Amino acid sequence: MELPKTTRRKFLRNIGFISVGFPLLSSCFEEQEKAMAKRIDYNGDLPGSMRNASLVNAWLQVLEDGRVLIFSGKVELGQGIRMAICQVAAEELDLDLDQVEVHLAETGVTPDEGYTAGSGSVPNSAMSVRYAAATARKKLLELASSQLNAPIEKLSFSQGNVGYQNQNLNFAEILGGTQIEMEVSKPVPIKDSSSYQYVGKAIHRKDIPKMVIGEEIYVQDLRFPGMVHARVLRPASYQSFLTSIDLDGLSAEVSGVLKTVVKGNFVGVITEREYQAVKAERYLKNHSEWTSETAFPEEENLYNHLKSIAESPETIQDKGDVSKAFAENKTYQAEYTKPYFQHGAIGPACGIAMFDGDILHIWSHSQGIYPMRSAIAAILKMDQSKIHVTGIPGAGCFGHNSADDAAADAAILAIEYPGKHVRVQWSRTDEHTWEPYGTAMIMKMVASMDNQGKITAWKSDVWTDTHSMRPNRDPATLLNTRYLEDPIPLTQRGYLGGGHRNADPYYAFPKMQVNAHFFNGPLRVSSLRSLGSYGNIFAIESFMDELAGKANKNPFEFRIIHLNDERAIAVIQKLQQLCDSAKVNTGEGIGMAFSRYKNNTAYAAVAAHVKVDPAAGMLQLKKLWAVGDVGQIINLDGITNQFEGGMIQAASWTLKEQVNFKGDQITSEDWMSYPIFRFDEIPEVEVVMIDHPELPAEGGGEVSMPPTGAAIANAVYQACGIRVYDLPIRIEKISN
Amino acid sequence: MPHYNLRINGLVREVETDADTPLLYVLRDYLELNGPKFGCGLSQCGACMVLIDGEASTSCMRPISSLGDAEIITLEGLRDKNGNLHPVQKAFVQEQAAQCGYCLNGMVMASVSLLNQNPAPNEQEIREGMQLNLCRCSTHSRIIKAIKSAAKTQ
Ligand code: FES
Ligand code: FES
Repeated sequence: MELPKTTRRKFLRNIGFISVGFPLLSSCFEEQEKAMAKRIDYNGDLPGSMRNASLVNAWLQVLEDGRVLIFSGKVELGQGIRMAICQVAAEELDLDLDQVEVHLAETGVTPDEGYTAGSGSVPNSAMSVRYAAATARKKLLELASSQLNAPIEKLSFSQGNVGYQNQNLNFAEILGGTQIEMEVSKPVPIKDSSSYQYVGKAIHRKDIPKMVIGEEIYVQDLRFPGMVHARVLRPASYQSFLTSIDLDGLSAEVSGVLKTVVKGNFVGVITEREYQAVKAERYLKNHSEWTSETAFPEEENLYNHLKSIAESPETIQDKGDVSKAFAENKTYQAEYTKPYFQHGAIGPACGIAMFDGDILHIWSHSQGIYPMRSAIAAILKMDQSKIHVTGIPGAGCFGHNSADDAAADAAILAIEYPGKHVRVQWSRTDEHTWEPYGTAMIMKMVASMDNQGKITAWKSDVWTDTHSMRPNRDPATLLNTRYLEDPIPLTQRGYLGGGHRNADPYYAFPKMQVNAHFFNGPLRVSSLRSLGSYGNIFAIESFMDELAGKANKNPFEFRIIHLNDERAIAVIQKLQQLCDSAKVNTGEGIGMAFSRYKNNTAYAAVAAHVKVDPAAGMLQLKKLWAVGDVGQIINLDGITNQFEGGMIQAASWTLKEQVNFKGDQITSEDWMSYPIFRFDEIPEVEVVMIDHPELPAEGGGEVSMPPTGAAIANAVYQACGIRVYDLPIRIEKISN
Repeated sequence: MPHYNLRINGLVREVETDADTPLLYVLRDYLELNGPKFGCGLSQCGACMVLIDGEASTSCMRPISSLGDAEIITLEGLRDKNGNLHPVQKAFVQEQAAQCGYCLNGMVMASVSLLNQNPAPNEQEIREGMQLNLCRCSTHSRIIKAIKSAAKTQ
């Protein structure tokens, strides 16, 4: 199958004519030194993404007009990765930002970089692009040197031109129609951070000007000639079976019906116009019978139920004899709970597919187009080389939501209705009731302290379901598979490690034990932004605060005396300075929390200022501060935006959110029954980032979330003396 | 099927569709506009907002048959005759008031409507004016800044 190559050739030809001219930072370009910027040799580990794609031209190609096209296997989720990659490439190649085009996620075209997740896009994709671009630069200089008959040191290299005296060649002229096919190998001469013109700066994204005028951006906006619309009728509940369906009156009732597809418990309907599909689905819902299912556990009893079904614990970490320390010192304990949360994308999932008789083309806002392709190939029993997936942005998803399921819906229906683009749009209710949630968790903390107020031992026990059931070779990771004829049930457990992410405190405790109790809970779950870290840090940092109180220590100081890491101490001290200037009235309080994401990536310290009036039933979050350290900053405004958004989203989880269920139904079915923050609840936010251009760049998408929950809980305690152990922190839990 | 003549972005557009078709589906599916977005179809999130006779309104539950000769402006119709961005559009770019941007249509339309009615809103009035609009990426604080800066320039 020659599809990838053909597509790529065509693409390269066409894109040369797409003008993306966007006059950003034009003043900087004028100031730019024509002389060559200082370089240093990078000799460390190359990013994991380069294992699948080690050649320069897998990441970077030169277009006919001399501009550069970058390939990345990551998808744009609103995190601004396209801009970060553009900055890094333009930096290494001394190009203008509009001389760099970034092509994201398309099977057969971009490298296979797995999922866009775990704050991994900057360290993997952007850094791969950095080394590929730096290698390309070196090669271009070598070639130009021999073509211009001049030593490399005498060449100028700027804005896509390599020059010597009055001669100039652009990149395309240097390469003469070829691409750079050499391997990226160490040492790679990369630009020294002192000469950066884009990296670390707050640079505007190129896509926002397109958004404000309603250009085609999202998968929901794609239109193809002759495209048809479809809806899938979901079963009455997770396990119910279709017992009867009456299709007879459908066409009389709803105009434009083209086809209904019933395959086991999978019911789809295809229509000419979109609203016809909405009505057809409603008709089918009212004209079908489904078995009812055994009920979910009682919500009031959820956490006891989860403990009762948990497997025997796995010891994840065991350092020193904690029991001995507990016996010898004063010991404290507390238990915390976190309910199921929704991803809650503002745009419900959408997928488009077209089967041309040989190749199945899919357009999807999946976070992992290659792994999704293998799952869809397994459902359809197709060779995956016959499936071509193009990643197109959707609404921000914050983890594995229903994007892949919608793509699979479209794929199944496109095979049944070949030759046409079939567009499947999920409804709000389906999105709310069928998406894979972030799991409920229970966190039990025990710690002992000496009479100096130093913690001598710590034990975390975490009860958790899996935190990733992302699509992969196992087709049952896609919802549809469970409802087709010959359903394939889900047997695997996905990525359990996410459950105890950050369950081992980052503090230098002499003795520590972490136990994970895995359960296979009642609701569909997968990865939600920051995985288990949010729940674990909520517990650890709430407990640290409580212990600080027992030790009679200031919460900032109490954390600092237990840390050995300068960067951790620096973010906490900076946060303390910021909070010092806040005015705290009666009934108000400030609380703080700290975490280093995954204990080995970026740092965040967050403080919250709340106002509580139990009598009036009022709990108001006035302000959130964060101090972050993500190592080298790529785009200051991008990372600040991620920190701000992460804090506000985590605050919404903390104060409001909980998936409800009753009988065999999820009852959190829309924005009324699953409320999230609205404008009247939004706190003021202030973010300070500490830049370390000399250190590796870490992603920041998830980093500010874990400490936000605990900071709010600690602030509530400061304000009214009541500690809430059970999320969400709703006013009822304080007033009663 | 009935015919309707709708006044949209300064033009009269003819659409033939069932009387119960919500305006949102007419705009996206028949008239191929991208601005208004489907977010809930329940009038709960604001993603589908348009201006109907100058006021921001959700379009996802509003049947085409109820519109008569109301004047409808979508995100695409905010620029002036010379193609210059509306001050609110400019302010959203300036403040980088988006992450995924899916909510942005509704945010811009609600802001335009708010500033039409109240050219100098205070913080409280901004929050009240935007109360229907949800943003999961949580760019609210930037949106508030953008509205304040648009209020100054317009
Ligand atoms: S789509 Fe209309 S309010 Fe949500
Ligand atoms: S920017 Fe993503 S929903 Fe608002």
